Amino acid sequence: MSELLQFLISGLTVGAVYALVALGFTLVYHAADVVNFAQGEFVMLGGMVTVFAYAAGVPLPLAALLAVIVAVVVGLLLYWLAIAPARGASAVSLIIITIGASILLRGAAQIVFDKQFHKLPAFSGDTPIHLLGAVIQPQSLWVLGGAALVVLTLYYVMERTLIGKAVVATAANRLAARLVGVNVTTVMALAFGGSAAIGAIAGILITPITLTSYDVGTLLALKGFAAAMLGGMGNPLGAVIGGLLLGLLESFGAGYVSSTYKDAIAFIVILAVLFVAPQGLVGRRTVERV
Amino acid sequence: MLNLLGRRSAILIALAVVMAVLPLLFPSSYYFRVAALVWVSALAAIGLNILMGKAGQVSLGHAGFFGIGAYAVAIGPAHFGLHALLAVLVGALLSAMLAFLVGRPILRLKGHYLAIATLGLGVLVAMVITTESGWTGGPDGMPVPKLSLFGWRVSGSTTWYWITAGLLLIGTWFALNLDDTPTGRAFRALHDSEIAARTAGVHVERFKLQAFVIAAVYASIAGSALAMMNGFVNPDQAGFLHSVELVTMVVLGGLGSIVGSIVGAAVLVVLPQLLTVFQDYEHFLLGLIIIVSMIFMRDGMVPMLAKLTMRARR
Repeated sequence: MSELLQFLISGLTVGAVYALVALGFTLVYHAADVVNFAQGEFVMLGGMVTVFAYAAGVPLPLAALLAVIVAVVVGLLLYWLAIAPARGASAVSLIIITIGASILLRGAAQIVFDKQFHKLPAFSGDTPIHLLGAVIQPQSLWVLGGAALVVLTLYYVMERTLIGKAVVATAANRLAARLVGVNVTTVMALAFGGSAAIGAIAGILITPITLTSYDVGTLLALKGFAAAMLGGMGNPLGAVIGGLLLGLLESFGAGYVSSTYKDAIAFIVILAVLFVAPQGLVGRRTVERV
Repeated sequence: MLNLLGRRSAILIALAVVMAVLPLLFPSSYYFRVAALVWVSALAAIGLNILMGKAGQVSLGHAGFFGIGAYAVAIGPAHFGLHALLAVLVGALLSAMLAFLVGRPILRLKGHYLAIATLGLGVLVAMVITTESGWTGGPDGMPVPKLSLFGWRVSGSTTWYWITAGLLLIGTWFALNLDDTPTGRAFRALHDSEIAARTAGVHVERFKLQAFVIAAVYASIAGSALAMMNGFVNPDQAGFLHSVELVTMVVLGGLGSIVGSIVGAAVLVVLPQLLTVFQDYEHFLLGLIIIVSMIFMRDGMVPMLAKLTMRARR
């Protein structure tokens, strides 16, 4: 029982991070119709900038804020310098561009920072909490709470504000949105900036648990993508469910089946979902018109 | 001369002439090695181009097949005592079988989804290679025995230059000929419009699968050649980054242009060699090249140059 609970907690913690990455994917996919493979690099930037700013003597909250700002700037630059000029390119060309951006950012991080692994101190100490025989790291609670806060904020923005409505309108029909006065370019830039912020927050929260280095982004992007896919592309609720589910699958898979193939689970999930239900768990079936 | 011989023979002869003349300009065996790397990469890129450029289906996991070919010539002789050439065949056969088995469900998908599914497949192959260290040596890789033919031990950059050049010529010849076969026409039809192709009686699923299998075999043989040339394999050759490099070669050179794939491979292999001074900047520059070329040369280098010369001639 305590073992089960332990797997449940670690699965939810990792899953929360996947959920945030998946949310970032979804936001950009929703607004700009781009699958942004550089999403994982925002997570890396969040962790790395915080680590280096903190090491330079900046207080942790300020270092974290700085990391989010850096990631947002990078996200906006990515949109303005790489995505906007490629308007009208095919889906695959855009994917290749964002993969290029991800390689470029990783290369830049390797030059600006270094190739070592780095750790942040846990936000509120390392004294574990004991619950029904399971051990909870306080940082896990930070991750879960932070992720919940991000999800709620995003929900509020999307449902209750004019900006959110503009995003929804752009996603539904870009031309129609433009006709009713939505500045589609700004909306897309906002989506990139927002997804960068979400990614960076995920990176900051998880670094005390999993460490970070210049190349953590790729695998996270792929897993976040698997999560987004599991939940149905472009569906924010699906992204959260998909992320948590993937985290749990990994945690239970590693615990009960094979820990060496833990990382493979995400890809098996991708393939299985695509083969069985390409529209995801919560997605809608779409019909292509000729 | 061009009209007399036809475009296809002209390309093949030009390629053969370049291959024959280049060694005269090479001051050291290092150059032979780099050129051989270009030929091997070009072979894999041409195969991928048949899938991407001709049949219009993307694969972001193609290095997986490259890795299967590479590890076949390492594992075959070491664990099963196979002759190296037989191991190449086994690798190609395994790649073809894997492509055939997963191709049908994967190729039903389109756009983003196809890209992700192929990516997942490639990453899974790389993961198996990295994890099954009893067979593959794990992340450190494993040595590949020297190829020996009738008592002749094949080694040295110069020898491998000629072998890979020969392989590339055969690969190019096959790819060029494919254009004018019913299969090549079916590929083009489903590239332009899958629905129109289906209406015209093209068995869409079968031809997509064929293109996938052909591309897998090309990559596998290229992988075997590289592994035997290096005398060593490691999981990076099956990795995601290598898949991206292969796709970049195809797109940079020009989708659908066979010559383009060779040019794209040459650029992507030679450039890092020129930039070894900036070794730390390698990834940064690779990313930059990918982004810039996708934005400014959407058709790829060779089709763009062809368009320019056409315009100049008029």
